[in-house]
Amino acid sequence: MTLAAKAGLAARAPNAHAELDVQAIRAEFPILERTVRGKPLVYLDNAATSQKPRFVLDAITRYYEDENANIHRGVHYLSELATADYENSRVRAQRFLNAAKSNEIIFVRGATEGINLVAQTYGRTHVGAGDEVLITAMEHHSNIVPWQMLCAEKGAKLRVTPINDRGELLLDEFEKLLGPRTKIAAFTHVSNALGSINPVRRMTEMAHRRHIPVLIDGAQAVPHMAVDVQAIDCDFYAFSGHKVYGPTGIGVLYGKAALLDAMPPYQGGGDMISSVTFEKTTYNKLPYKFEAGTPDIAGVIGLGAALDYVTDVGMDAIAVYENELLEYGTEKLSTIPGLRLIGTAAEKAGVLSFVLKDIHPHDVGTILDQEGIAIRTGHHCSQPVMDRFGIPATARASLAIYNTREDIDALAKGIERVREVLG
Amino acid sequence: MAELRDLYQEVILEHSKAPRNYKKLANANHRAEGFNPLCGDRFTVYLDLDGDKVRDVSFEGSGCAISKASASMMTQSVKGKTIAEAEQLFEHFHKFVTTQNHAEGDSAQLGKLAVFSGVSEFPARVKCATLAWHTLQAALEDKQEPVTTE
Repeated sequence: MTLAAKAGLAARAPNAHAELDVQAIRAEFPILERTVRGKPLVYLDNAATSQKPRFVLDAITRYYEDENANIHRGVHYLSELATADYENSRVRAQRFLNAAKSNEIIFVRGATEGINLVAQTYGRTHVGAGDEVLITAMEHHSNIVPWQMLCAEKGAKLRVTPINDRGELLLDEFEKLLGPRTKIAAFTHVSNALGSINPVRRMTEMAHRRHIPVLIDGAQAVPHMAVDVQAIDCDFYAFSGHKVYGPTGIGVLYGKAALLDAMPPYQGGGDMISSVTFEKTTYNKLPYKFEAGTPDIAGVIGLGAALDYVTDVGMDAIAVYENELLEYGTEKLSTIPGLRLIGTAAEKAGVLSFVLKDIHPHDVGTILDQEGIAIRTGHHCSQPVMDRFGIPATARASLAIYNTREDIDALAKGIERVREVLG
Repeated sequence: MAELRDLYQEVILEHSKAPRNYKKLANANHRAEGFNPLCGDRFTVYLDLDGDKVRDVSFEGSGCAISKASASMMTQSVKGKTIAEAEQLFEHFHKFVTTQNHAEGDSAQLGKLAVFSGVSEFPARVKCATLAWHTLQAALEDKQEPVTTE
C-alpha cells in the first residue's frame, strides 16, 4: 500500500474535474491559520516557495516515525518499506509529467541542480569550442549561470533570445538563433519574474527540426498547469518540489532514457555503481547512475505526497482557478494610480510583478509586511530581466491554490497604505 | 503602525525624495561603487579628500527610501570631517542601526543620523541603511571592486 493510500487524502472529495473549493484547500494548510504582525497571513510569495499541506507534512513525519531506514541496501523490513515508498514517488513523478518510463525520473535537489546536471554531463560531452548554447532573456539565474560556466570552460558562446516589452519571447528570433553550432536550447516554461508562459511545444519542435536537444526549466510551471513531457517532446525537464507544495531540497530532472543512458554520471559515490574495484567501476543503470549517495528520502516521499495532493485537487481545476485569480488581480492592480505591471504577456501564470512610481519595491515590501502580506521584492534572481525593463527591481505577488480574491484585495489595500506612508 | 513611522520618519522621506549632494563630483580624487545584490540597490560615492580631510563628498545611484536617505545624510555628516572622524561615525552608526535597545547618549554622538533609530527594528533593512557607508569606506580605501553588503 502506498503512503497516499495509507493516509487517505483529506476529507475533501476527489475533485479532478470539479471546481476548486478554496476554503477546503485553505483548511489543509496549517500555516494559513497563523497571524503575522497581528494580522492574518496573506501569503503571496509562492513563486519563491509555496506552503505545505498537512498531507505532505504527515507523509514526511510518518516516514521518520514509522519507516526510517536507508534505501536500496537493507534486507530488513524497514529498508524495504522505505525503498518502496521512495520508488513509489518516482512513479508518481513519472505520471505527473507523463514520462514514458519511471527510470527517466532523476531525483535532484531542485531545478537548479537538474540544470547543472545536464550542463555538466550532456553539456560537457557535446559542447565544444565555437559551439553555441541558446537560452532566452527571461531566464532565472539558474538557467543562465550553469550554461555560462560551461561556455567559459569550453570556449563556447551563450546566445540569448530577446523578449518584447510585454515580456513575451520573440519566437521568430528564437528560430533564427537556432544555428548549425547550437548544441542545446535551454528555456523556461514560465518566467518567474514576469509570469510569461512560453510556447514550449513549438519551441521544442523548432529545435528538433535542427536536431538540437531541449531543456525546459519547469520550476514555475508545474505548480500551475498540467505538464506532459511526451506531448512537449522535450529532452530534459527540471522542476523543484518546494514550489509545488512539497519540501525544500528535492526536485526532479526528467530526461529521455536514450540521452540519459549515453550521458556520463554527474557525481560519483554509493548507489550509482554496479561494481567497484580500484581499477575500474561499472556504473549503475538508470536512474541510479545519477543518484549518488544516500538521497533525501524524506524529501522524495514528501514530494510524492505533494504530487498526489495537486493531482487530487486537479491540475486543470488549479489552472482555471488561478487564471481567474490572476485576471482579477491584474484588473485590481491596474486601477492603482502610479502602478505599472511588469510582464503583461498574453499567456501568463501566477505572477503579478509591479513597480510603483517613485517608490522603491523594497519599501513596498516592508510596508506590506507590516500588514501581514508576504511578497517578494528585488530582482528575483533575474537581473537580465530587470535590465531589459530598465528597472533595478520589482515587487512581485505570486499566486497559489490557496489564495483568494480577499488576498488580492488585501494586497491592493496594502499598496494604498504604501502610498499613504511614503506619498 | 507606530513602528512603520519609526522607520519612515519625515526627515528620511524628505531626504529620499530630495537627496542632498546627489551628483557626480567633477574633482573627486576617490570613488567607489556599492551594491546590494539582494535588492539591486546601487550607489557610487565620490570623495574629494584634502589630506586626511573630507573636503567634499557626493553620491549617485538608485535604491530604496532608506538607502537613499542614508546616503544623502551620510554626505552631509561626513563633509568637513577627518577620515578618522568619518570612520568613527560609521562605527557608531552601524552599532546604532544594529542594536535594538539604544543607550542614552547614542543619539547624541550621531546628531541628525539618529532618525535612523527605527531601522534596528527591521533587520532586513540594516543593509539598506549601511550601504552608502560601506561604499564610503571603500572609497576611502580606494577599492577598485564594487563593495557589496553581503
